[in-house]
Amino acid sequence: MNEFTTGSHILTLLTVLPLAGAAVALFSGKHARAVALFTTIASLAVALYVWTGLPADGTMGMVERVSWAPSLGIEYHLGVDGLGALMLVLSAIVTLMSVDAAHRVHHQPNLYFGLVLVLESGLFGSFTALNFFHWFLFWELSLIPAFFLIKLWGGTRRGPAATQFFVYTMAGSVALLLSFLAVFLSTGSSNAPGTMDFGQLAAMAASGQLEQMVTMHLGPVMPWLAIGVLAGFAVKVPMIPFHTWLPAAYAEAPSPVTMLLTGAMSKMGAYGLLRIALPLFGHQIAQMRTPLLVLAVATVVMGAWAAAAQTDLKRVFAYSSVNHLGYCLLGIFALAVPASGAAALASQAAALNGVILQMFNHGITAATLFWFVAMLQERTGGHRGIDQFGGLRKPAPVLAGLMGIVLFSSLGLPGLNGFVGEFLIFRGVFPLAWVAATVSILGLLVTAAVILTVIQKVFTGPVPEHCVGFPDLHYGERLAMVPVIGLMFIIGLVPQLIVGSVNPTVVNLLAHWRF
Amino acid sequence: MLAWTIYLSFAGALVQALLPKGRPGLSRWLALAFAVLGLLHALGGFVAGMGQGRQIIVDLPWVPTMGIHYLLAADGISRVLVLLTGLAAVAGILFSWNVELRTNEFFAFYLALIGGVYGVFLSFDLFLLFVFYEIAIVPKYFLIAIWGSTRREYGAMKLALYSFVGSAMVLIGLLAAYTTAGSHSTSLIDLAACAHAGALPISFQMWCFPLVFTGFAILAGMWPFHTWAPTGHVAAPTAASMLLAGVVMKLGAYGCLRVGIGLFPHGLDPWGFSFVGIGSWRDVFALLAVIGIVYGALVALAQTDFKFVIGYSSVSHMGFVLLGLMTLNQIGVTGAVLQMFSHGIIAGLLFAIVGRIVYDRTHTRQLAELEAMHLGKRLPFAAWSFVIAGMASMGLPGFSGFVAELQVLVGAWIAKPWWTIAAGVGIVIGVAYTWRALQKAFFSDALPTAHALEQEHNHDHQFAAITWPEVTGVVMLASVSLFVGLYPRILLDTIEPAVKALLAGGGQ
Amino acid sequence: MNYPSLYSDLFRATLPETALEIGALLVLVVDLGLLRKAALKTRVASASLLGVAGCVFALWFVSLAGAAGLSSGDELLIATGGYIGAAQSGILVLTALTLLLLIGSIFTRHAGEYVAVVLMAAAGGLLVASAQDLLVIFVGLELLSLGLYILTAFAKHSGKSAEAAMKYYLFGGMSAAFLLFGFSYLYGITGSTNLHKILLSAFYASASGGAPLLYVALVLIAAGLGFKVAAVPFHFWAPDTYEGAPAPAAAFIASVSKVASFALLISLSTAGVHLFDGVHELRFVAFNNGPLPRYLGILIPWMLILTVLSAASMVLGNLAALAQTSVRRLLAYSAVAHAGYILLGLAYFSHSAASANAILYYILTYGLTTIGAFGVVSVVERATGSDRLDAFLGLHKRNPLLAAVLLVLFLSLAGIPPLVGFWAKFNLFAAVLGVSAGPVPFALVALAIAMSAVSLYYYLQVLKRAYVLPAIDESPIKAHPVTLIVLLAIAAAVVLLGCFPSLLQNWIASFYR
Repeated sequence: MNEFTTGSHILTLLTVLPLAGAAVALFSGKHARAVALFTTIASLAVALYVWTGLPADGTMGMVERVSWAPSLGIEYHLGVDGLGALMLVLSAIVTLMSVDAAHRVHHQPNLYFGLVLVLESGLFGSFTALNFFHWFLFWELSLIPAFFLIKLWGGTRRGPAATQFFVYTMAGSVALLLSFLAVFLSTGSSNAPGTMDFGQLAAMAASGQLEQMVTMHLGPVMPWLAIGVLAGFAVKVPMIPFHTWLPAAYAEAPSPVTMLLTGAMSKMGAYGLLRIALPLFGHQIAQMRTPLLVLAVATVVMGAWAAAAQTDLKRVFAYSSVNHLGYCLLGIFALAVPASGAAALASQAAALNGVILQMFNHGITAATLFWFVAMLQERTGGHRGIDQFGGLRKPAPVLAGLMGIVLFSSLGLPGLNGFVGEFLIFRGVFPLAWVAATVSILGLLVTAAVILTVIQKVFTGPVPEHCVGFPDLHYGERLAMVPVIGLMFIIGLVPQLIVGSVNPTVVNLLAHWRF
Repeated sequence: MLAWTIYLSFAGALVQALLPKGRPGLSRWLALAFAVLGLLHALGGFVAGMGQGRQIIVDLPWVPTMGIHYLLAADGISRVLVLLTGLAAVAGILFSWNVELRTNEFFAFYLALIGGVYGVFLSFDLFLLFVFYEIAIVPKYFLIAIWGSTRREYGAMKLALYSFVGSAMVLIGLLAAYTTAGSHSTSLIDLAACAHAGALPISFQMWCFPLVFTGFAILAGMWPFHTWAPTGHVAAPTAASMLLAGVVMKLGAYGCLRVGIGLFPHGLDPWGFSFVGIGSWRDVFALLAVIGIVYGALVALAQTDFKFVIGYSSVSHMGFVLLGLMTLNQIGVTGAVLQMFSHGIIAGLLFAIVGRIVYDRTHTRQLAELEAMHLGKRLPFAAWSFVIAGMASMGLPGFSGFVAELQVLVGAWIAKPWWTIAAGVGIVIGVAYTWRALQKAFFSDALPTAHALEQEHNHDHQFAAITWPEVTGVVMLASVSLFVGLYPRILLDTIEPAVKALLAGGGQ
Repeated sequence: MNYPSLYSDLFRATLPETALEIGALLVLVVDLGLLRKAALKTRVASASLLGVAGCVFALWFVSLAGAAGLSSGDELLIATGGYIGAAQSGILVLTALTLLLLIGSIFTRHAGEYVAVVLMAAAGGLLVASAQDLLVIFVGLELLSLGLYILTAFAKHSGKSAEAAMKYYLFGGMSAAFLLFGFSYLYGITGSTNLHKILLSAFYASASGGAPLLYVALVLIAAGLGFKVAAVPFHFWAPDTYEGAPAPAAAFIASVSKVASFALLISLSTAGVHLFDGVHELRFVAFNNGPLPRYLGILIPWMLILTVLSAASMVLGNLAALAQTSVRRLLAYSAVAHAGYILLGLAYFSHSAASANAILYYILTYGLTTIGAFGVVSVVERATGSDRLDAFLGLHKRNPLLAAVLLVLFLSLAGIPPLVGFWAKFNLFAAVLGVSAGPVPFALVALAIAMSAVSLYYYLQVLKRAYVLPAIDESPIKAHPVTLIVLLAIAAAVVLLGCFPSLLQNWIASFYR
């Protein structure tokens, strides 16, 4: 089974490029950041190229497929559709931003940037993998650099934070692995190994065959397998109540690392739900829909509420991330209903488009937010409490202005990118689960209050002593910020740029999912 | 080609014994040369044998009156294990570059041990296999007793006696099989044909199999006969621990497979009655293997000595091998053989880091003391090597252990599902103890913040710099594990047909 | 009783013994006469070499002898050829080696007397090996034993030597008495002194109810012969004798007398086995109530006695050796253990020559190894003054060649391949199992192998001192060149014969022309 479908190995190239960069960076000493910048820019270029090369009908493109361990049903199988390609672009952008933001790594910069690049490779790999083993490899691969990045360069309580991060994610991974092993074993027989291929498994699930095979081999455990898989992703997104690792990790990690965590790594969880959980366990999820929706709504509302109670800026935005990703969860679980009619289908499509868009937008926005927090920290010698700032629009109007734009995007102001995703999600969820949607509006309101409070406390009001000489953004930083902020406006005003490429994939996916 | 590995090793040992004392440099380079030559032959034999079945290398009558032949042959399993031995041998010498005491005797015993190991893997005559198996015992004793560390005499004697008792059990079984089959021949091929033809009645196999299997399994570190392993590994000098855990324990597992399962397949049949769910020797040994996996992991979790952690982890990993053997299906046994190779490399790497890179510099193996030494900063090479070795040991995908353990788990599932669950628990605990050791030894929380540490310029003393043999050894072992992990077909294609032939039985 | 047809026949049959006796007389003449005034070293050297020459001649005569033997009428007195020829050749080679060892470890001024006694004892050994008649057996045994008692006492200045000799003599005399008593019963029951006739008659006698006396006779004989081979519980002389006798004498006792005694035991067992050529299966039908006699002759109790002796020796010999601190006593107890292994081979004796060959192989190679061991011990003793374990500390530094020889020899005794000791054990056990594959022989073989594993421990203790532990005194130990050559030759033979076992096997088989 050695089919090379399109003959181009661009996805492998994309995945290996950061690894090569990491190897070079490890030996570059003080120039590691330059190497990392170069590598991430190159990765972004390749990712954009992939984005433009997507097939128009929403199916998988640029497929590579090599058999690797036939007796275990493991293949090296890569491919991208709209969803995957968008995530690739997001990862590339966020990593570039993270590297740009990390210009004060004094301690072993070569190791730092090496780990960041390995992390990027892990992200690329997991967004292009179409076989469980391969996907799981990169899922785990991204975990290790993240752990070390928190552990070695983090804040005062980084030890427990890193350990908690690791243990939680690992536990989730174990649950995932066990469920998948069960699936693999059930799909095999004594003379033919099972399959780990997402496509094949999805087809089997859609026809009901998967559930049959599992029940035959193991008994009525399919719901438990679904729970196991959901648990793995629920930790990553995160979904309440599996989120407790997040605030500590986000707060203790150095801000550029937090950018990566929130911008890209959290998307792995949502991506996993879309790529793996819904196609394979759609029926089970539909049956568990109500409790899942409750949890999603709780994530939205509690995330916002908790954000309101924080005094540490990083924690505010950490909980706010939980809230924003809660919308993705809401959309995902809401669309898990057996389709009955064109209207429902349209709602599902809207919800799914919204989810994907929200993943992208939140990634950009949250990463930028944390970038600003990093800047605030640097300029004031480590302060990041809400009350430690005030009236910054006087000494630093440009910073206040740009950060304000990003904050409004996070709030969901129409015209900025944050609005589009949330709008589509609500557009899709209301017909499908109006109770959940209604309660989630609370989240919107509270988020608005939080963001406005931040703006008021940080940018308006009297200027405290230590902020009087607050330097504004300098030329380099402005240059870096402008494209990102521009992107936010563009997407906010012309979302068709993205939705146009994603929608065919959405339609294709929905056509193949059975609930 | 492959037989030269044996001859070169023994020739090297003899040369080392005759070298003048007081020339350690000459001794090292000569030893390395012989080992590298052996490795090249092993590699050549492996490549030449790809796609071939069992090939007979040498067949000379040795004691014609008893039908004993000097019979050397290789099938897929042998070739893979010979390759492992070659790699471990070279790595061991690289990590013994700093041995100053009686260097030539050290390498003489070392090369004699390697020669014996090569011999076992290549022998297809039961008597010859036994001879090589026993030859390997005495050099082990001296390597540990003279150059070891903690409680070395006790550890050495324990290891020697346990091995000898194990081989005594094998000898009894060998004699029994030989006489029962008619005292015609001790060739494994002939004996297997006899067994297939029914010359070894099932009742005979029922008691001979557990005897021989246990005899070999003692050396493989099966619970509860494993107690020599942690003591022995800790007492041994680095190269000896690498060889012990990496290769010698595989001798036992290989014997279990080749002789135990190969000659007495009916010994694993159900007894006809069952007691607490155990209805055959297969169940018994699988249970012991699973206990070994979990027990080894749990005890490793509780250790305060770094090397003991690795020692018990070896017991746990070998439990996987034995479990794989007991699945008696293609995928499980293939996984077991792959795990033999994989663990051989990884254990070698782990012991090298703990023993050579860390202990020789810090002179302590207590995790509590290492915690205070900021090794993550002062010995970054050791720390990151251990990260890689730890990931491999945990069975992380991308390294050789993942595919091997996965295959064993799948094979166990096909045989008896609860084995898989218990073994899975062992894997999870494995992650835990590796993590704990990693944290405590290298990345402890006792560190001040990264930024503050930069200002710490007053270390008591600098650690000795990392030498080129250490780097070469680590790179060699880690890259092999990574390569096999990323492209397991390179070994699986050789192992799978050989396992198929062995499980099919008969005089194939 | 018939007398031998011609004394010339007697002479011809006992040519080897005669050669030795003449050699002994020659040595005495040369030493006490010609070399009266010469230096001690010269006298010792010449006596040894003359003794060796005598052995060589005797060897030649052994090789000349066919399978005829010597009969008195229709009763065989002395047999030759076959396993007997091999045993005699072995005795002569081993004697020559112990004589060569004398050159390097001079302990007495009476060189000529010593060598003469050795040769005479060897002659007795040759006789014992070939004897087929009770009286000839006894004569040979006494000739051998008396010589051994004297040899033990030869180190006149050592109190230990005298004590050991006393114990050996008293013990030996008592055993000889037992033996003779047992022989007398056999004669009484059966009316003949020829082994084959005895066993045949014993079978019929037992059928008619003379069994109890037979048992007694067998037990007594076992006691007497058990003493000679140092089997438990008749072994108590061994540790003291091995410890007290001067090293070359101890080497001789440990090797040659064992070979002779075991050859005798082989004769006994062979005669028993060949009782009913063609009906040997009857041996294994015991205690049935059919028309066959309820008790089947001499063989089963004999087997039983030998099995008990064997098991006891194996276990006790190895366990006692564990506790020793003197290397000589350690060797003594290990000798007891090895005797146990061989007795197992005798208990399960095959109809073909397989068992006899296996036993011979074992005892010949064991004798060779033991001589080497005592050679090393004597060198170390001379240099350090004691044979304690601690005397061997750091031997690898003080004399690396000697340490290497020690390594080879002790590992061979432990049964580690590829040395000859391993092969001898394997061969023996294979022969035992080839005769009978029931659960009892298996269990006994398993016991033997397990005890071998135990033996590794105490042999390693000595090797540990030689190689591992730090030395107290690092001054080099010098060995006499002749001793060193002999030891190296022995070590080389141990390795060579172990790697190519068929060499010795073929040599033994060649006597069966």
